Amino acid sequence: MPENVAQSALPIASNRETGVCWSCGSMRAAHYCQSCGKVQPASPVDYFSFFELPRKLNLDVTALERDFYALSRKLHPDLYAQSNEAEQRQWSLEKSSQLNDAYRTLKDPIARTEYLLRLQGVNLDEQSTQATEAARTSGKTKKQVVPPDMLEEVFELNMQIEELRMNQKMGEQDPDLIEQLGDHKKSMQEKLKAVDQELRAGWTAWDAVVDSGSETTEAAKPAIQQLIDVLNRRSYIRNLVRHVNEALES
Amino acid sequence: MERIVGIDLGTTNSLIAFMEGDKPAVIPGADGLNLVPSVVALSSQEAAKDQTIVGNAARKYLIETPDRAIYSVKRLMGRGVEDVQDELKFFPFRLASDLTPGEVLRIQLGAKTFTPPEISAFILRQLKQNAERHFGAPVSKAVITVPAYFNDAQRQATKDAGRIAGLEVLRLVNEPTAAALAYGLDKKKNGIVAVYDLGGGTFDISILKLHDGIFEVIATNGDTHLGGDDIDNLLITIALDDIAGDMKLDLRRNAEAVQAIRKAAIDAKIVLSSQPSVKLDIPLPEGRRYQREITRQQFETLIEPVIQRTIDPCKQALKDTGLEPEQIDEVVLVGGSTRIPRVQQLVETLFHRNPHTELNPDEVVALGAAVQASILSGGSEATNNMLLLDVTPLSLGIEALGGVVAKIIHRNSTIPASATEHFTTGVDGQVNVAIHVLQGERELAKDCRSLARFDLRGIPPMPAGLPRIEVRLLIDANGILQVSAREQRSGQGAQVSVQPSYGLTDEQVETMILESFDYAEQDLDQRQVIEARNEADTILAATEKGRTFPAWEELTQAEKQQIAAQEQALRAVKDGTDYHAIRNAIDALNHGTMRLAELMMSTAVGTALKGKNLETANVGEGPTSSHPISKAEFE
Repeated sequence: MPENVAQSALPIASNRETGVCWSCGSMRAAHYCQSCGKVQPASPVDYFSFFELPRKLNLDVTALERDFYALSRKLHPDLYAQSNEAEQRQWSLEKSSQLNDAYRTLKDPIARTEYLLRLQGVNLDEQSTQATEAARTSGKTKKQVVPPDMLEEVFELNMQIEELRMNQKMGEQDPDLIEQLGDHKKSMQEKLKAVDQELRAGWTAWDAVVDSGSETTEAAKPAIQQLIDVLNRRSYIRNLVRHVNEALES
Repeated sequence: MERIVGIDLGTTNSLIAFMEGDKPAVIPGADGLNLVPSVVALSSQEAAKDQTIVGNAARKYLIETPDRAIYSVKRLMGRGVEDVQDELKFFPFRLASDLTPGEVLRIQLGAKTFTPPEISAFILRQLKQNAERHFGAPVSKAVITVPAYFNDAQRQATKDAGRIAGLEVLRLVNEPTAAALAYGLDKKKNGIVAVYDLGGGTFDISILKLHDGIFEVIATNGDTHLGGDDIDNLLITIALDDIAGDMKLDLRRNAEAVQAIRKAAIDAKIVLSSQPSVKLDIPLPEGRRYQREITRQQFETLIEPVIQRTIDPCKQALKDTGLEPEQIDEVVLVGGSTRIPRVQQLVETLFHRNPHTELNPDEVVALGAAVQASILSGGSEATNNMLLLDVTPLSLGIEALGGVVAKIIHRNSTIPASATEHFTTGVDGQVNVAIHVLQGERELAKDCRSLARFDLRGIPPMPAGLPRIEVRLLIDANGILQVSAREQRSGQGAQVSVQPSYGLTDEQVETMILESFDYAEQDLDQRQVIEARNEADTILAATEKGRTFPAWEELTQAEKQQIAAQEQALRAVKDGTDYHAIRNAIDALNHGTMRLAELMMSTAVGTALKGKNLETANVGEGPTSSHPISKAEFE
């Protein structure tokens, strides 16, 4: 029973869902039955629950990979290719796609953060889609909020990119300008690193909220806002770096 | 349990392999050769009119009756008429004249037309027969390999080909991944492996992470229309230009001459992998000859643009993994074109590693397919810890407003993978929603590959924007898309009918399977006639020989006359195509010569008792048993 197998590398297979295996009737079955090994029907769970993890953002990626491999060995459709039971084939397909989707999302720091925000009811896609739609209908370019401390630098940078484009059009080269842009690029990349630090701080703030059990209360709001801000800032800087790269490469 | 075979359905050659104990082995054909050229021809002989011929036997038809033969059909799998215009410039594919855009291609062979999956099915059926001959038992389940960069339509077409050939395709495996399995079987190492696979018509690069028997593909890239064929075409173009310029002979439209030049070009290419130069000497119409020497250096300059095209996919794959070339532990070469020294050099420069070439690059993919077949059948001692986690090579998206593609499953996602999207209606009371699914990396729908358009029907009439239709897209372990949908507000399942953009419908495949039984029956009939004829020849020769034995004189006059009549009857039917008539005549003669055989036996035994052994009594070639010509059990 669950206590006996708890030492396995799989926290997943322990007692999360109550129930019995559909096939052999043993008690306790999560993704697969610990008695007979059969895959259990897929249920709509969030990715953290799938791996039996709390909704925390600091996450041991090595342990996640280990669990991913161990679960793949139990759920992958290759193991059921010859099964006579259509349910086994279908469920292993559904379960392993769920496993792959969950692993892909959770192992990536940004995807994981975005996913958590979505679980908390923040619709990042919609924010961005709405902005794009609004920009398209109004005929204006999509407005992004410039982080205040970067206003000056972004202004200067845009001027220089504009100048570089003019030069390129005229077939001229300005080594100084290119060097300055290179410096900006370096500075942006530094900022990107700093943002990653901020992101980690945001994770820790959120994890504290989870530890205090107040995810659904007002107390969670500042942590959520902090994460949204960091992600926005990050995507803003990344876009800038891309612009500089494009300008320098063209 | 029934055997599962592994099949490499290649552009140039195809192979079938099986796990013999703990080692995969290629199953040779009746000719003893492992490679079955992917060539299909219709016989033009009167006796076997329109019988399909596959492999080495079909090759001569490419030159003799090029309008009745086809090669490299893999290039046409899962493609539409508008996709293949480039191919038509270089390949003598004759498309049916009545094709309409959006229809699955049909190819003219003689007076008949076939779709690419049907032609591939002829090759698969030949491989299946080779395996059945080898095992002496039927084979109906297979793993088939496909280029990693094949899209959904190309994969579906390959699966259809399997079904038409009477094979249940348990899994499509990506070729470079299969190669990694074949290599990984002995090595059992952990680390990062890059597989560079340049075959006859396709190029793939896959990067895998090996971890205690798990083969996890982390990135793949490629070009499904880049390979040895392109190199051949460069050589052919040079020869044709030379001949047109120097000899004032335009052979471009002369299919026979082009095929003769093609064969010489391929031979020259192969020689140049081991020799510094090669002499081309090709007989042309009107007794003329084309002669030219090509040095390896000239050859390398010529093919450089082709092999350069493999660089970008390699760089992109590396970039997708976030790894530096130095972090690749091993590089494996797959595909016949990697025998070219310049290609090996390029790979070394790209990955800063000496590539592995221990396994035959022509066979390694089929061997890997056999390994995967063993995994699917529950695993053997050698494979039970192995598991393959592959990825989808191309991003999957849905066309959104303004013709842009919203990507919902990104490339290099481990498969099976899924995504759920929500749709609503734009008009009050709307009951249908049309959805367009695409595959590719470009931003606009028009630049991506259209996979399927489908209608969500049966949406309950509601004000615009109110229905909430959930569409679930799932890429299965074969890399093939499955779609399901339901309307969430009413709880009704919306119906989905997926119209593949370039695929066969289920009904079409069913029809082809039925037709293929006719072929199988026709093939079987032909084979039985041939076997019966061979048998007739043997018994006639044996009876002739029997007349020289003393035992003959012991027969009565009536018996002798009866045997002569039976011989005559058999000769009369044996060159016909009625297998039953031949068989009956053989049985009659067999029966008629039974006493002769008995007499010969007792004479032989008597002779042996007198101190001579059976061998020197020279009965070995005569009818020696009571059923002198009894047929060996056919396996």
